[in-house]
Amino acid sequence: MAEYPNRRDVVRALLEDRGDLLVIAGLGASAWDITAIGDHPRNLPLWGGMGGAAMMGLGLALAQPSAKVLVITGDGEMLMALGAMATIAVKKPANLSVVVLDNEHYSETGNQETATRHGVDLAAMARGAGLASARTLTTLEQVPALRAEIHAGTGTVFAVTKIAPGNLPLVLPPRDGAILQARFREALLGPAAHHQL
Amino acid sequence: MDRDKLEMRPDAGADWPDRIYDALKANGITQVALVPDAGHSRLIKRCLADNEMTVVTLTTEEEGVALLCGAWLGGVKGVLLMQSSGVGNCINMLSLSHIHRTPLPMIVTMRGDFAEFNPAQIPMGQATQTVLEAMGTIVHRADRPEDVAETVDATLRLAFNTFRPAATLLGQRLIGAKTFGKD
Repeated sequence: MAEYPNRRDVVRALLEDRGDLLVIAGLGASAWDITAIGDHPRNLPLWGGMGGAAMMGLGLALAQPSAKVLVITGDGEMLMALGAMATIAVKKPANLSVVVLDNEHYSETGNQETATRHGVDLAAMARGAGLASARTLTTLEQVPALRAEIHAGTGTVFAVTKIAPGNLPLVLPPRDGAILQARFREALLGPAAHHQL
Repeated sequence: MDRDKLEMRPDAGADWPDRIYDALKANGITQVALVPDAGHSRLIKRCLADNEMTVVTLTTEEEGVALLCGAWLGGVKGVLLMQSSGVGNCINMLSLSHIHRTPLPMIVTMRGDFAEFNPAQIPMGQATQTVLEAMGTIVHRADRPEDVAETVDATLRLAFNTFRPAATLLGQRLIGAKTFGKD
């Protein structure tokens, strides 16, 4: 079997010509990945709150229906938020996409196996929740079509992308969450964001 | 009212849930995250009937913390409605409110509190305020109908004016109390 793609190649292809895309990354390697491709005010890399990435994307997508929201997270982080699949599927915002980078391991903590290593199928679970188009990608060549779907904004996207295991060099975003949030809000809402009551 | 029952809900004549709804409207709340509780049922109905409000029913309360952090990222103000047992499900996720300085108001209906019937409600109910405060949440209680509007308004203002988690605990004495339509 051919080796699964490198995670940063996948993220680079997802974020190509990103335009106004709003990106939330789950804690750990996904946050380093989006930063490695290029730190950006419309990035919200999470440093904590494991299991919160997809729901944060839902809150943002519902708040800004005319914007496109992409959540990029890992299999371990998504496994902690299986209920969020149901919550998201009930609301089904057309402008929300969730992409799970699945290396079947907890890579940040010593490469322990996750449940997906043992056959748990996150895309099938998402389909079961009601996200009918949820699917699993296994090659880099499949990513541009997914990217196009994310930008089309014609329905909630849920995709699992199998990636090669292993750790890449850390590329850390700013550590102060207040700065990350404030710059994101300013990029999206303008300077008035800082005066919202 | 039969107090020895499994669910506590306000008497039909109690209108403090409407005062909470009024406070949400006055403070510009448009995203409502909740895990249902009988004590919140009248308020939930009001929110569902409001076309300006987006109601998100969660599978577990911690989802609501993340949801509201996302809403604020997008410039939208929300509130989390839950029972005291749900507070225990939120603890680590409340970190997000701190690290991002996200306004996070919560309105909590208490169980395991005044004249509780169900022993299973006691451990989390008795720990609710301590646990919220341990995570840096400013907590106010309302135990009388006449205090509800002011207390909820204070919680909403604290959260959004000072960028932090804040909670109103609605005491079981209030939820179970008869008002005979006057308060």
